[in-house]
Order: sequence, then C-alpha cells, then structure tokens
Amino acid sequence: MPAVIKLEDVQKTYHTGEVDVHAVCGVSLEIAKGEFVAIMGASGSGKSTLMNIIGCLDRPTSGRYFLDGADVSDLSREQLADIRNQKIGFVFQGFNLLSRTSALDNVELPMLYSRDHPASHSALEKATHALEIVGLADRADHLPNQLSGGQQQRVAVARALVNHPAMLLADEPTGNLDSRTSIEIMGVFQQLNEQGITIIMVTHELDIAKYTKRNVVMRDGRIVADTPVAKRLNAQDELRRLDQEHQAVQLTS
Amino acid sequence: MRFIATFKIALRALRRNKMRSTLTALGIIIGVGAVIAMVGIGNGAKSQVEAQIASLGQNVVLVFSGNFSSGGVRSGWGGAGTLTIEDADAIQREIPGVVGVSPEVRGGQRVLANGQNWRTQVLGEGPDYLNIRDWPLDDGAMFTEQDVRGAAKVCIIGKTIANQLFPNEDVVGISLRIRDIPFKILGVLAPKGLSVMGSDQDDVIIVPYTSMMKRLERRTNINSIMVQAVSPTVSDKVQRDIADLLRQRHRIGPGRDDDFTIRGQQEIADAATATTRTMTVLLGAIASVSLIVGGIGIMNIMLVSVTERTREIGIRMAVGAHGRDILLQFLIEAITLSLLGGIIGITLGLTTAKVLSAVAGWPTLVSASSIIIAVLFSAAVGIFFGFYPARKASRLDPIEALRYE
Repeated sequence: MPAVIKLEDVQKTYHTGEVDVHAVCGVSLEIAKGEFVAIMGASGSGKSTLMNIIGCLDRPTSGRYFLDGADVSDLSREQLADIRNQKIGFVFQGFNLLSRTSALDNVELPMLYSRDHPASHSALEKATHALEIVGLADRADHLPNQLSGGQQQRVAVARALVNHPAMLLADEPTGNLDSRTSIEIMGVFQQLNEQGITIIMVTHELDIAKYTKRNVVMRDGRIVADTPVAKRLNAQDELRRLDQEHQAVQLTS
Repeated sequence: MRFIATFKIALRALRRNKMRSTLTALGIIIGVGAVIAMVGIGNGAKSQVEAQIASLGQNVVLVFSGNFSSGGVRSGWGGAGTLTIEDADAIQREIPGVVGVSPEVRGGQRVLANGQNWRTQVLGEGPDYLNIRDWPLDDGAMFTEQDVRGAAKVCIIGKTIANQLFPNEDVVGISLRIRDIPFKILGVLAPKGLSVMGSDQDDVIIVPYTSMMKRLERRTNINSIMVQAVSPTVSDKVQRDIADLLRQRHRIGPGRDDDFTIRGQQEIADAATATTRTMTVLLGAIASVSLIVGGIGIMNIMLVSVTERTREIGIRMAVGAHGRDILLQFLIEAITLSLLGGIIGITLGLTTAKVLSAVAGWPTLVSASSIIIAVLFSAAVGIFFGFYPARKASRLDPIEALRYE
C-alpha cells in the first residue's frame, strides 16, 4: 500500500518571547491508503500542532512531509491552500459550517475554490451526492441552525468529501456531540473507511478511538505508542446495543 | 469562473445583512446625492448667467468712453464722454472683420402717453443695434439710416413699456412724449427678459442716437460703441485694432493710459460666471465631505464585518481559499455597497435638483459628466475604504481564524 502521509523527523518550534516552545519534536509517521488512525494525547501533547501540519494549515520548522507522494514541506501559503482544497477534507470539533447558509451551499464551498471550478450544475450534483453519502439529502436546503449537532457534523463530513480528497482529517469530531450521536458519526466514518477513504482523527476520548483501526499516542511532542486497535468497536453493533439497553430501562421502569 | 463565484459570495453576504448594508450604503447615497444636487444647482446658475450673456448678441465688442482701470463691467458707464460719432464711423470704415457698429447714448427720461407716465431708460442707437443684439421685433420695423441722419422723432419700445403705457393696444403708429417731444412708435421689441445684473431689459425705449443727442440730451459725445465682429476668431483682433485706431484718433502717446475701455463678450462672460463657478466649487466641496464620511462608514462596517466573520474566513481558507479570494470577496462587498449607493444617490440627487427647481425656482443643470464622475468616485471610495479591511481579512492565519470565538 502506498503511503498517503509520510512524516520524516518533523519538528515544530514556536518562538514566544524568550522561550522556544517545542510543540512537535521529531515525529516520523507513515499512514497508508485506507487506514483509519486516531491520534491521541492529552492537551499540550502536540497532537493539534501535528494535526495542523498534516492538514497543511501549518508548515513544519524542520523535517519533511510527503502528502500523496509529493513533498509539501516548503510550499507557499497559496500552494498549501490548493493542497487543502484538493487533497484534504476537514471535519472540525465545532462543525465550522457557514451560518445562514444552506447545507447544500456549505457542501459546495470547497468547489468554489477549486482550480478547475466545476460548472454550477455539476457542482450541485456533486454536493447533492455528498449529502446522500452522509444520509442528509433530504435536508439539503436546511440552514445549520435548523439541524441537530449530529446532522451539522454530517454536513461537515459531506463538505470534506465533496472534492474527493486523499484523506479525511477530523479534529475532535465528536467533541461537541452526545455519546449516541458520537457513535453515529463514528458509524459514518467507518462506512467511509470501508469504501477506501483514509481517515485521520484527533481525539482524546479513548472509547471513540476504539472505533478506529490504529491508535497513535503522543506525549510532549513525541509519539509514545503506535498500536493497532485490538478489540475494534463496530458503530452499528454499539447503536443496536444502546437501543436494547434503552428499551430494557423503559420496560423495567 | 472563480471571480464570478467570489462575486456571488459577496452579494450573498450583503443580502444576508440587509439592514446593515442599507445603512452603510446610505452614507454614500447621501454623499453622492448631495454632490449631484449641489453641483446641479451651481451649474444651473452658471448656465443661466451664460444664457444672459448670450442675449447680449454674438461676438459683440463693447467700447466704453472714459477710463476705468478696475471694477465691474458697468462702473463708468456714462462716464467721461471721450467717444464721438466720428470714432464709431472710423471703426465701421477702417477695421476689417466688423459687420455692425452702433453708437450708443444712454439716458433716463420720463415718458408720457395715454395720460400715464413711466420713467424708463432711453437708448440712442444706430440702425444696426437690433441686428447686433440679435433682438427681433414683435411688431413694426426698426428705424433707418435716414431717420438717424434726420434725427427723426421716431422710436421703438420694449415690451414692458408697451404693457405699462398701452395695455391691450396696437401701438405701432401712435406717439408717446419724451421731454414733451412727441416720438412716433415704429415698432415693439420682442421680450428679452432680465439682464446679467438683473435689470429688466424690456423696460427701454430706443431712438436714433442723433435724436438722442440733439433733441433729448443735448450733448456731442457718446457713451459707448457696440461693435459686432464677423466671427469669434476675429473678435480679439478687432478689439486690438479698435484700441490702436482710437489711441491714434485720440492722440494718446505711448505709455499713456487709454481714455476708453474695450470689453469682449468673453471677458464679460468670464467676469459674470466667476461667482457662480466659485459657488459650484464650494457647494461641491461641502457635499464631497459627506461623501468621504460615507466612505469612512463603509470602512468601519467592513472592519466590523471582518472581525465578526473571522471564523468564516478561517473556514474558507481551510477548504482552499487563497488570500486574494478573501481580499476580492471583501473588496467586492465594499465596492458593491458604494456603487449601489452611488447609483441610488444619483437618483436622489436628480430628484432633489428637480424638486428644488420646481419648489424654489432655482435653475438646476445636472450634466452627464457629473453623473459619470459621481459613479467613478463612489467606486473609488469603495476601493479606497474597502481595501484596508479586505487586506486585513486576507492576511488572517487560518489556524487562528478557525479558533476565533
């Protein structure tokens, strides 16, 4: 399997006043196509910084970063923007949808900034298709504030998918959701992963990480553990179990 | 394609904040409206003055007797009588490019007719006078060269005289008395309206200048000579030639001042329109201040908008927007606001000008050029005041912008 992401001794140092903060010091990591990885760690472990570098929002101070085979360590701001547009789909903790903008228009957003900007009817088709994938085709004209948190996150996933990126990058995607909705979103991720989409997710919740295939743990800017998930949870099964428990509670009361 | 998409985004953002967009544009609307209306008023006044100047006649050169070195056009009229009929004849005879000459003698007289009296201005003129001033007769005919030679007791009267002394009467052929001398009315002038200085040009009686000199004023010199040049291009040369001729005739040595003054029509027009031009500039300048204030309003709102939409900017950048896409988006928003304000402002300005003309009776003239300038200026205001906020937005760091609460 070719590596989608290859980090070679990546370092990131922030200069804040007198002190240099080494947010990431010497991370090497390879993620192959079709993987489903959770990057874990406490706050301040450098996982968000690593995430920003992987997401091409930030550049490493030193080291090399190959995305989809191409070195993106030294690209300009504009080139990074194009990479983000073409190769990376973002899902954020706070959903980050444009307010007062319909779900469909939100999903169309990345296509507005594509270099080969598609014609409006094909853009509409693609956006509708992306919404179908996350099961929200019937809410296309809803505004974000008319959707539940889980639905908003699905719209965000659809937006991330619309340009057929090399990978999906999720930053605490379940951080703002209740446990049941979190499992639903993990179900969406698992489904997408089964279709061959590479997913990298940052989380600090252990039980959420169990839905992925591989866990990378960070501490103080270094990778301290990199293990495949032994007892992987299946979102479908978990949801069914939750429903049964719920019914049981209702019966007993 | 990308530009069109950005344009749509900008318009959508403006539509989303209708109230704010309207209020922001209002600053420009009032600014442009004020400029258009004020300049319209100024230009209207100017064109009115110009029309009055034109009523003097075509390519007219005025030669006044007496010497006044400074002051307004009229100071010194009827001053020292240094011009004579012979001077007028010489101009007619010797200067090329002259098509008409009329010696002029002015006086005020009480006129009696029909048991009424009326004090008015009496002008002694030559038979060319009406041609020079391009002044048609409503009725009757002008007196002739023969009348001038014989100092005939004939006259033509202005519309005001006709209305005051002979209401609803056919006046041609009947007589009125000036200084108890009966003058036969040969014709009635078409109404000409007010002069540059606001006096009634129709309140006048015109008699042959010889009659004026011999019978009414008993004098041998004349006040002024009205000369018509054949075209505007020779007008300057005619003025110089007249000056040379008169200096020679009046035996004025080199280095001595003229005892006459020559004014071309252009000089008179310039003097008369100078005030209104100053007024136009002043009104325009005051109105421009409100346009600049409107521009600052746009900058203010765009800055607020950039701060408020920091997260949106972060999202757009995260999904691949370049800095210049963001710059363009905010710039288009600012320009759209100011252009839209400009266009509505033009409508407002035109309406104000119309209403002012109708209600206050001020003449207004809104030229196409002032509209084009207003549109360009409001677009420039949008670019100028929109650029700083837009650049600020385009330089945001996507990571920071995404975290912004």
